[in-house]
Amino acid sequence: MHVFADPTNLDAYLSGFLWILKLTGASAVLALVLGVLLAAFRVSPVPVLRAVGAAWVSIFRNTPLTLIIFFCFFGLYSTLGLRLSDDLDRNNYWLGVIGLSVYTAAFVCEAVRSGVNTVPAGQAEAARAIGLTFFQTLRIVILPQAGRAVVAPLGSVLIALCKNATIVGTIGLIEASSVMKDLINSNGDAVIAIFLVFAGTFAAILIPTGYFFGWLANRLAVKR
Amino acid sequence: MSTSNVLYDHPGPRARVRNAVLSVVFGIGLVALLWWVYTKFDEAGQWEGRLWEPFTQAKIWTEFILPALWQTLVAAGTGMVLSLAFGIVFAVGRLSDHRWIRVPAGIVVEFFRAVPLLLMIFFIFYGVPFLIQGPVTAFTAVVAGLTLYNGSVLAEAFRAGIRSIPGGQSEAAYAVGMRKSQVMQLILVPQAARAMLPVIVSQLVVLLKDTALGYIVAFPELLARGVNDLSANYGNVIAAAIVVAAIYIVFNSLLTALANWLDRRTRRRSFRIPKQAAPDSTPAGGAVVSEPQG
Repeated sequence: MHVFADPTNLDAYLSGFLWILKLTGASAVLALVLGVLLAAFRVSPVPVLRAVGAAWVSIFRNTPLTLIIFFCFFGLYSTLGLRLSDDLDRNNYWLGVIGLSVYTAAFVCEAVRSGVNTVPAGQAEAARAIGLTFFQTLRIVILPQAGRAVVAPLGSVLIALCKNATIVGTIGLIEASSVMKDLINSNGDAVIAIFLVFAGTFAAILIPTGYFFGWLANRLAVKR
Repeated sequence: MSTSNVLYDHPGPRARVRNAVLSVVFGIGLVALLWWVYTKFDEAGQWEGRLWEPFTQAKIWTEFILPALWQTLVAAGTGMVLSLAFGIVFAVGRLSDHRWIRVPAGIVVEFFRAVPLLLMIFFIFYGVPFLIQGPVTAFTAVVAGLTLYNGSVLAEAFRAGIRSIPGGQSEAAYAVGMRKSQVMQLILVPQAARAMLPVIVSQLVVLLKDTALGYIVAFPELLARGVNDLSANYGNVIAAAIVVAAIYIVFNSLLTALANWLDRRTRRRSFRIPKQAAPDSTPAGGAVVSEPQG
């Protein structure tokens, strides 16, 4: 534990996890908005929108996140000259947020769509039979039920997003996994302790989060 | 609700006109967006022939892309076999009647599921050499990390599958005189594997994508060789990234198509496990997604 008694190391540890939290927070909001929008596209009556939704999902879900983040830095920033901030760390942070959001949105879209699929067809048929329009059916009947079924999958998407935030370290943001790498390289005698502290921090945050979403999903489940 | 078109009526004349108008409006918007991307690329000179021309040379494919693709597939294949074995062992361990097996297996699975894969790979690649006083190859680090993470996720999938099998199956097996291990091997695991096949295969797609993390520890896989090294030689990052992304998409789509085909096949032939009896991973009796790590 002597490694973390050193204030510089402790600061590095804290700032590493702070970046992870910031990345997760911003990307979660963007991915949720984008993902729900894409899911609405995929069930809409307009063929062009359905195609856009389907193409987005099959492109970004099948491309490694590492490649997407790599492209955000070397493609968008270095080659195409997209600058999001004058501060280097801030710039890398927003590039990371873009990569994480477009990737995670594909998974959010699939989760929401599979949630829509858990609502029995009779519900939509009954809604149409009493004369509700497409948007009324979606807003009043389908989405409230789908939203409850989708809590658990969205929870695991959020947890995965938090773990994926470590990949932004690839483009030079000193987040938790990069801090751990540096600490291991300079403290070869305390390798296991360092790993257990970093892995333990993730586990201590994410395992309860997982149980919380499981509990919430059971509480909100539509009884059929 | 298997098809989304129960959400709206079969379009009549007015709805058809409205949909056509919306299609045109959004179509124009989409074309405008693509045109904007095209001109941005054009301003940066990304459509120049010299950037794309290397992909027509045999040398690029034999020196960079194909060997790298082979490394990716070998790492993914090894990881798949090992993590399936890991998953079955720990799923059975977590369902054991003995507390001293059940609890440690549960801790291992929960821990490795919660730790980011990159953190595991860094620990194995940079940390373990200090412990064993010898080098760890990038291949070992990547495969070990993939096995521990995806194996733990698969263990949960198998466990959910085993628990979703109707109790009568194992009772009947005990009744004909099978022992506990025989019931597990002959009755429960085969049916669980079949029931959870879609989840298992989509996790294998995740595993294949995760091999790209090898780039970070300089394992010569598709991202490292096909994009990083190739573009260092030819200065065509965007072209290389698009080509390599297309390769990943093709391979993952093939795996997904295989999963769908297997799903249809098993759906036709065997009993379906009722959605309500389903397992921890789907508490609301519904939506299942694999964990989109990496």
